[in-house]
Amino acid sequence: MGKTLFEKIWDKHVVKNIEGGPSVLYIDRHFIHEVTSPQAFGGLEKRGLKAFRPKQVVATADHNVPTLDQHLPIKEELSRLQVQKLKENCEKFGIELYGLGHPFQGIVHVIGPELGITQPGMTIVCGDSHTSTHGAFGCMAFGIGTSEVEMVLATQCLMQSKPKLMRINVEGTLNKGVVSKDIVLYIISKISASGATGYAVEFAGSAIRNLSMEARMTICNMSIEMGARCGMIGADETTFNYIKGRLFAPPAGGEEWDKALAYWKTLHTDEDAVFDKEINIKAEDIEPMITYGTNPGMGIGVTGHVPALNEIDEKEKPSFQKSLQYMGLQPGINIKGKKVDYVFIGSCTNSRIEDLRMVASFVKGKKKADDVEVWIVPGSKQVEKQAMEEGIHKIFEEAGFMLRQPGCSACLAMNEDKIPAGKYAVSTSNRNFEGRQGPGARTFLASPLTAAAAAITGEVADVREMMP
Amino acid sequence: MSDNNNKSVFQNTPSGNGFKSTVVPIAIENVDTDQIIPARFLKATSREGFGKNLFRDWRYENDDETQPKKDFVLNNPTYTGKILVGGKNFGSGSSREHAAWAIKDYGFDVVVSSFFADIFKNNALNNFLLPVTVSEGFLHKIFAAVEKDPKTELEVNLPEQTITLVSTGEKESFDINNYKKTCLLNGYDDIDYLLSMKQTIEEFETANK
Repeated sequence: MGKTLFEKIWDKHVVKNIEGGPSVLYIDRHFIHEVTSPQAFGGLEKRGLKAFRPKQVVATADHNVPTLDQHLPIKEELSRLQVQKLKENCEKFGIELYGLGHPFQGIVHVIGPELGITQPGMTIVCGDSHTSTHGAFGCMAFGIGTSEVEMVLATQCLMQSKPKLMRINVEGTLNKGVVSKDIVLYIISKISASGATGYAVEFAGSAIRNLSMEARMTICNMSIEMGARCGMIGADETTFNYIKGRLFAPPAGGEEWDKALAYWKTLHTDEDAVFDKEINIKAEDIEPMITYGTNPGMGIGVTGHVPALNEIDEKEKPSFQKSLQYMGLQPGINIKGKKVDYVFIGSCTNSRIEDLRMVASFVKGKKKADDVEVWIVPGSKQVEKQAMEEGIHKIFEEAGFMLRQPGCSACLAMNEDKIPAGKYAVSTSNRNFEGRQGPGARTFLASPLTAAAAAITGEVADVREMMP
Repeated sequence: MSDNNNKSVFQNTPSGNGFKSTVVPIAIENVDTDQIIPARFLKATSREGFGKNLFRDWRYENDDETQPKKDFVLNNPTYTGKILVGGKNFGSGSSREHAAWAIKDYGFDVVVSSFFADIFKNNALNNFLLPVTVSEGFLHKIFAAVEKDPKTELEVNLPEQTITLVSTGEKESFDINNYKKTCLLNGYDDIDYLLSMKQTIEEFETANK
């Protein structure tokens, strides 16, 4: 019997199977950032340990960095100390740091792929649940806690139980105005925020194959929002073309590249491999999506309505009502036309150059609505630079959008970029949890296109009506 | 708040003895780690002290410790204990281990739910906080029993892998892998284990160059 992509990578990385327990898994690449690493380094120091393979670790500062005036010292004291601590730890333990001011700095899940550090077949971890992003390259990539960060720093290994395997097939052609973010929001709305818990998920089918690497990353990024251990997509020509020529990729045309490519070409699920569960989705059924509640599974098509109370299972009613109360929404209402105060385009889900290009081509010649504040936060210094080179920043400026500097920003509001209490934001990020974008902030998750439409109209809008 | 961090309450339990406690119920589904500990409290560089901000925004009005929300269970002195019981899909979202630290630091040693998010479960186990997965039916029995009598006790027996509603004697068994069970019963952590097999790891690296 053939193997799945997951099994191919898993089997190649098992150092040891513990009887009646987890497996010891070898980790190829480890990304770290300022928020979930200090206690791990503290643990190493307490035990008198060095980093075992510091060259396989890459660090950046992203979670709590300001997105304005990055050349100045960070104003907020605790953030400044945490970023400083990361710098000290990286120096002490011999780890490469792309910190503030470095031309490679950016959101950890944006810089890994764009620098060519992320390569097919790797096991990749980071103390961040959106590490699943890297699975778009045919990798096994997942988020870990700080104790596990310490384990990987100390031994380059982790204890993991083998998850069950799920394949989600999306077949067909996407409708006008529908992009990869809509695909993943649609899937989560169908299977729920816990629908893939305990599973590693492979995304497959013609609609996935036809996506660019950036679009694939958006989908794998949100695997964790359906509870999946990791999300992955088989490596193909799109993958190889993206990696070719990137800084840390094997030099194109050389012997090393040929050898790598030969291996990468095996990184797909075999025809006769078997999954524990398969889900089939028709691309044609997907319309531009938006969430109305406080978990990413609470999503609907933009022309749809918030479920009425009689559409909700009796047991789920208390959670549903709590959620709508937080959002200040009534059951059964249409979401389209709802007034919006903020638009945030950024985060590890949607801050890559392709996302900014998509927004720019839509808003070119348009202006934002008067009472909406629009923040565009590029995923990295390189994305920012590219946007400037392409003149995208001018389009944003003319539209009245504010182009800020790279970081996680209002996705989790650890820095000053917070949506005020009670205000509504259409956000391209990944989580609409209570308080996620600031205490009391109310989040509608959507694609960059739907977010741009909200910026122009000042309300939740159907982007299809605004497209030629 | 307690000095409950990094200690296994199950260590050196005489076999056959369960861990008995009253419970604190949070009958909400999809309790994500942003609720357990909001991101703005993740700026510390040590593991201690997160308990005081556990469920911060559900606990206080306007982020103000002098304005406790009366209807939130942690502010209700009727409910105390070392076992936290949450609705389905507990610990979803962010991988922040600070969520497990906050729960443990507050003084809990066991979390019960019908379904845990993967990363949270690992984080909990790595901090000697035992996640006990029960059936949906049993979970609702616990919530109902606690609503009727806040002094309701649960008994968690790790060696036997059972959880019992003490008042009625109703019992369920729960899963935990043998390795993790041994860790909790002996106070071992994964790093000790991984460090002990460094040579095997180096051999693996050489073989896979």
